[in-house]
Amino acid sequence: MADMKIGAYICKGCGIEDRLDVGQLTMTATRDGKAAIGKDHEMLCNAEGVKMIQDDIDNEGVNRVVVVGCSRRAKTEAFNFEGVHISRTNIREGVIWVRPDTDEARETTQEMADDYVRMGCAEAKFSTPPSTSGEQGLTRSLMVVGGGVAGLTAAIEGAKTGYTIQLVEAGDALGGAAAQEYKSVPTRNGLQGPVENTVGELIAAVNDHDKINVHLNTTIAKTEGAPGRFTAELSDGKSITFGAIVQATGAKAYDMSNLPEFSPGNADVMDQGQFEAMVKANDGAIKKSDGSDASNVVFVQCAGQRSEKEGHLPYCSGHCCTTSIKQAHYVKAAGGDATVIFDDLRTPGATGEDFYRSAQEAGVTFSKGEVSAVSDSLEVSYNDKILAEDTSINADIVVLATGQIPNSGPNPYLPNDLGAAKEAGDDELVAKIEKEIEIQPQPILNLDYRQGTDLPHLKQGFNDSHFICFPYETRRTGIYAAGPVRRPMDDQQAIEDATGATLKAIQACENSALGRAAHPRSGDLSFPSFRKDGCTQCKRCTVECPFGAIDEDDEGYPKYNEGRCRRCGTCMGACPVRVISFENYSIDTVGQQLKNVDIPDEFDEKPRILVLACENDAYPALDMAGMNRTEYSAWARIVPVRCLGSVNVIWITDALNSGYDGIILLGCQKGDNYQCHFVKGSEMAHIRMSKIDDTLQTLNLEKERVGTYEVSITDVDKIPQIINDMEKTIEEIGMSPFKF
Amino acid sequence: MSEVVATNETIMVVGGGISGLTAALEAAECGKQVLLIEKAPTVGGRVGQMYKYFPKLCFPTCGLEIQYRRLKANKNIRLMTMTEVSGVSGDAGNYTVDLKVAPRYVNENCTACGECGNAVEAEVDNTHNYGMSKRKAAYLPHNMAYPQRYVIDPSIIGTADADKAKEACKYGAVDLEMQEESQQVTVGAIIWSTGWKPYDAAKIQPYGYDRYDNVISNVEFERMMDPMGPTGGKLQRADGSVPKNIAFIQCAGSRDRNHLKHCSRICCMASLKQTTYVAEQLGDECKSTIYYIDIRAIDRIDDFHQKVKQDPNVSFIKSKVANVTSGADGNVTLNGVDTEGYNRYANEHDLVVLATGMESTVPAGILPEGTVINEHGFIDADESNGAIFGAGCSSDALDVNRAAQNATAAALRAIQVVNQVAGTEG
Repeated sequence: MADMKIGAYICKGCGIEDRLDVGQLTMTATRDGKAAIGKDHEMLCNAEGVKMIQDDIDNEGVNRVVVVGCSRRAKTEAFNFEGVHISRTNIREGVIWVRPDTDEARETTQEMADDYVRMGCAEAKFSTPPSTSGEQGLTRSLMVVGGGVAGLTAAIEGAKTGYTIQLVEAGDALGGAAAQEYKSVPTRNGLQGPVENTVGELIAAVNDHDKINVHLNTTIAKTEGAPGRFTAELSDGKSITFGAIVQATGAKAYDMSNLPEFSPGNADVMDQGQFEAMVKANDGAIKKSDGSDASNVVFVQCAGQRSEKEGHLPYCSGHCCTTSIKQAHYVKAAGGDATVIFDDLRTPGATGEDFYRSAQEAGVTFSKGEVSAVSDSLEVSYNDKILAEDTSINADIVVLATGQIPNSGPNPYLPNDLGAAKEAGDDELVAKIEKEIEIQPQPILNLDYRQGTDLPHLKQGFNDSHFICFPYETRRTGIYAAGPVRRPMDDQQAIEDATGATLKAIQACENSALGRAAHPRSGDLSFPSFRKDGCTQCKRCTVECPFGAIDEDDEGYPKYNEGRCRRCGTCMGACPVRVISFENYSIDTVGQQLKNVDIPDEFDEKPRILVLACENDAYPALDMAGMNRTEYSAWARIVPVRCLGSVNVIWITDALNSGYDGIILLGCQKGDNYQCHFVKGSEMAHIRMSKIDDTLQTLNLEKERVGTYEVSITDVDKIPQIINDMEKTIEEIGMSPFKF
Repeated sequence: MSEVVATNETIMVVGGGISGLTAALEAAECGKQVLLIEKAPTVGGRVGQMYKYFPKLCFPTCGLEIQYRRLKANKNIRLMTMTEVSGVSGDAGNYTVDLKVAPRYVNENCTACGECGNAVEAEVDNTHNYGMSKRKAAYLPHNMAYPQRYVIDPSIIGTADADKAKEACKYGAVDLEMQEESQQVTVGAIIWSTGWKPYDAAKIQPYGYDRYDNVISNVEFERMMDPMGPTGGKLQRADGSVPKNIAFIQCAGSRDRNHLKHCSRICCMASLKQTTYVAEQLGDECKSTIYYIDIRAIDRIDDFHQKVKQDPNVSFIKSKVANVTSGADGNVTLNGVDTEGYNRYANEHDLVVLATGMESTVPAGILPEGTVINEHGFIDADESNGAIFGAGCSSDALDVNRAAQNATAAALRAIQVVNQVAGTEG
C-alpha cells in the first residue's frame, strides 16, 4: 500500500472540549504521534465530521485514521471508513467520564488523554488494513456424516439451499433409529396421539434429489483441509471435496444389560427401541416374546439415567418421557393398560405438554415413583411417592427408558490430558485417562489435524457447544454437530437442530470464500502470519491454538489454515520468539502503545498502570463504568486485546522494564464453566502469567505489581475497584525503580 | 418514502430479542439482505433483563455484546427500532408489510452524552426494571442499549421538560416534532420472533400477587438480583428487610387450564438458578423452597438440578400450591397438599416468587390468513404459512439456547425462499 499517512481527528463534543485541552491533544498527535494531519471538530460523529475525515482519505492520502473521542463501541456506524486502518482512541468513556471534573484532577486527566492519543497513533502506525489470503474459493458443497433423521434433514435442507451434498452413512440403509419407529411424536399443537412416521418420505426425497450423493456402507478414511477446501478419502476409495461438514452421527441406546436389577435377560423386558421394533413388526399389536398378546405394559423412566451410580448415565436423555408417552399410546390403542412410572415427567413447551395431556386423556396411568427392581416374573417393585409406600405392579411387558449415548468419536484431547497428568505426577488421574483411552471408539471424521481426528467433547461425551447464546459454537471451524450427538434430543428437535447446523455449514463456506472469520469475530479479514526465519519450530502455536487451526509442515513449521482460524491471537500470545502477527494486531500494535505512554520520573509520584483488557467483556464493562461515571485511577492506561490468550509475555516484561508500576490483565472465566469466547484463551494467559513471578524476581520487583483476573462484562464496579486497588498497592510498595 | 429499505429478496425479521438477532445475523452472515424490526427503542429483548443464564450462571450481556458487534459490522442488516408491524399481505417471495414507526424524539445525531437526561425533571416507570424503579423521561433504556441513543418519553411531549431536553442537547439530536410514521415495504420472507411476555401474575388470583407486597414474579426477582437493577442487586422484601425463607411457586399460570395450558419450559430452571442467587448472597441465612409439579431440567442440564438438590438450604415440595393467604409482618402462608405422601400443609414464607410462565406475543389479525397460530398462541410450522416462519418463543416456549438454535433453523428456511426469488435455488 501507499506510504503511511496518519490522520488524527479529535472530537470536542460530549464535554471533551470543556474537560481537556484539545489544542494540546492535536499537538500530541502530530508531534508525538507523528500524525500528518491533526484536526479537531465540534462533533466528529455527525455527517460533517465524518465527511471531514472522508475528504482527507480521498484527497490527502490519509490511510490510517485515528478517531479521538468516544469508545470504539460507540458510533461504530459513523466511523466506518473503507480501505483504511481505523484506531479508536477513547477519551470519553475512558477518560473524562471516569475522572472527576475538578481543577485538581485536570492535569492528570489531560495526561491520560494525551497518552491515549499517543497510543492510538502508535497502533495506527504499526497497522495495515487486513486482506484475505485468498486460500479458498467458494465451494458450495457439504459433507453430511450420518444418514439418520438429522443427517437426512441436513442433506435435504442443504440441497434446497442450492448446495451439493455428500451424505456418508456407515450402515447399509438411510433412516437411522427413526426408520425403525412404528409412529412418530406429533410436532404440532393438538391432543392427537402418535402420527404417521414420515421418515420414508424423507429418505425418498434424499434419494431422488440430484444434488445429493448418498454413500452407504461408507466410512471416512481421512479428512483434510479447511472450510471452503475440505477433501475426504472414503473407505470405498473415492475422494470427495466440500466446503463444510455437518456431523449427525446420532446416539446409541444405553445397554440395559448394565441394569441387572431390572432383569434385562428376560425377553419381555425391553428397552424403548426394542419395544418400538416389536410394535412395528406386529403393526400395532402388543405382543410378548412368546407371541401372546400383552395387555399390561409398565414403562420405567430414567432407567440407568440421572444417576451417579457406576456405569449409569448422569444426565437426562431428554426424549424418553415423550417416547414412553408415545408407546403408552400404542398400548392404549391396542386395548391394553399402560403405566408410566416416573420421577419428573419432562415434556416441556406447548407441543410437549399437549402430548402429555393427550396420553392422560387416553387413560395412560402416570405414577410418580422410583423403581427398585423388576423380577424375572415381571413384578415391578417401586416406591410410590404419592402414597409414600413401597408397592409393586405386575406387567406383561416392562419397557426400560434407558437413554442415549452419543456417537461422538474419540476425544481428541485425551492424549494431551494424559501427558499433563503424567507431568503433574497424578497417578490416579493417569490411570483414569488410560482407562478412558482404552475404550475410545473408532474415529469418525479422521481429521488430518494436528490436534486430533475428531470434534472435541464436552463432559459426558457430547459434541455440544458450551455456549448458551451460540448453540453451534464449535472448536473446529466449519464442522457442526447436529442431533443427539450434540446433546440428548428427540427426532423433532434433531430436525430443527440439523436445519440450523446446515445454515452454519453453508455460512462457513460463504465466509471462508471471502476470507472472513467465523463467529465470534465474524467478518474479520485479519489473519496471522509468521516470520519463518525467526521461527524455532517449538510447536507452541500449533499445540495451544484453541481451534486446532494450525498444522505443522514436514519441517515442523506452523502451517496456518485461514478458514479454520478464529483470529483470537492465542498463537501470537504463545510464540516465545514473537514471529506471529496479524496485519492490524501484532506484538508491535500493542507493544508500541505501551511504549508510547509517557512514563513520568519516579519522583513525580505519578505511577502508570497498564491494563490489558479482553475486548468482549472487560472492555465493555469499563465503558459502562464510564457511562455510570464511576471513577478510577488516573494512572491506568487501558489497551483492549482480542483475548487474554493473545497477550504475549514480552508486553509484560517490556512494560516492567520501561517503568510501569503495575500491570493488570483482565480476562474471562476459565475452567469447566469457561466464559472465554476463544475457549482456552483466558486459561492459557493464566498459565503463562503464573510464570511471570520469575521475571519479577529477576528484576527484583514485587509480585503484587502484576495481577491476572477473571472478570465478567457485568463487573462494572469491580473492575474499577481492581484498578484502584492496584493504585493503593503501588502506594504501599512504592514506585517502580525502572523509570529511565 | 423514497428510500428502498427492502425488496422481495430481503428477509424481514420481526423482533430483535435473542431469537430475532440470531436469525438476522445468521442470515446476513450468509450474505442475505435483512430488515430487522424492533418495537422497543433497543434490541436485546428479554435476555437483556436477565441477571444470569442457566445453567452456566454466565451473563446475558456477554453474548449480547458479541451479537451487537456482529450487527455493527454487518452492512446486510438494516435495523429499525420503535417499529411495529401493522399488517402483512401477499405470499411467499412477495409480502407487503405495513410498518408503524413511533417517534423517538431523538435523531441519529445523539451521542448518548446524557445531557438531556440531566436536564429533564419528570420521571417515568423504568420498564427495563419492570417498573420497580423510575427513570428520567429522557433516557437511555439501559447501559447495553443498542442503538446507543436516548429516547424521550411521549408523556413529556408538549411540556416544559421536553423543551429543557431540547435546549440541553448541543447536537440538534432532540426533535420534538417527530410524528408517528407509516411505511410500506416489500419482503420475500418473514421470520416472526417477537418473543414472549411474562404471564400477568395478577390473573392468578389465589396467589395474591396484587394483594401481597411480598409476592413477586420471577422476572422481578431477576431484576432485583442484578447489581445494575432497582435494588443494586440487594435481595430484599418490600419493606427493605432481608428475607429468610423464600418460596418459589412453579407453574404459576402454566400447565393450568385456567391460565396457560402449556408448560413454559424455562421456569423450573429459572427457579433453580434463582436459588443459587439466594445462596450466593445470603448463604445459610435464607432458605429456599420450590413448590413444583415436575422439575423439567431436561437433558444435559439436569446436572444443574442435581447440584441445587445438594444444597441443604433448598428444599422441594411436590405440590401445586392451592392458595396464598396473608400472615403477620407481611409474611404469607402457602396452603396446599404435598402430593408426596399426601399431606396438607400451611407453610409461612416471608417472600414468594411466582415462577410465571411465558405468554406468546404472536398477534391476532396481523399475519395473513392461513398462518397457523395454535391454541397457545405459537406459530405452528405448516405449509400454509408460506414464507412466514415462527422463530424462538414465537414457535414454542423455549430457553435461550433452543431459541437461538431454532432461530438459526428459521434463517435457513427464509434463505431458501429468497434464493428462489433470486433464482439461485437448488
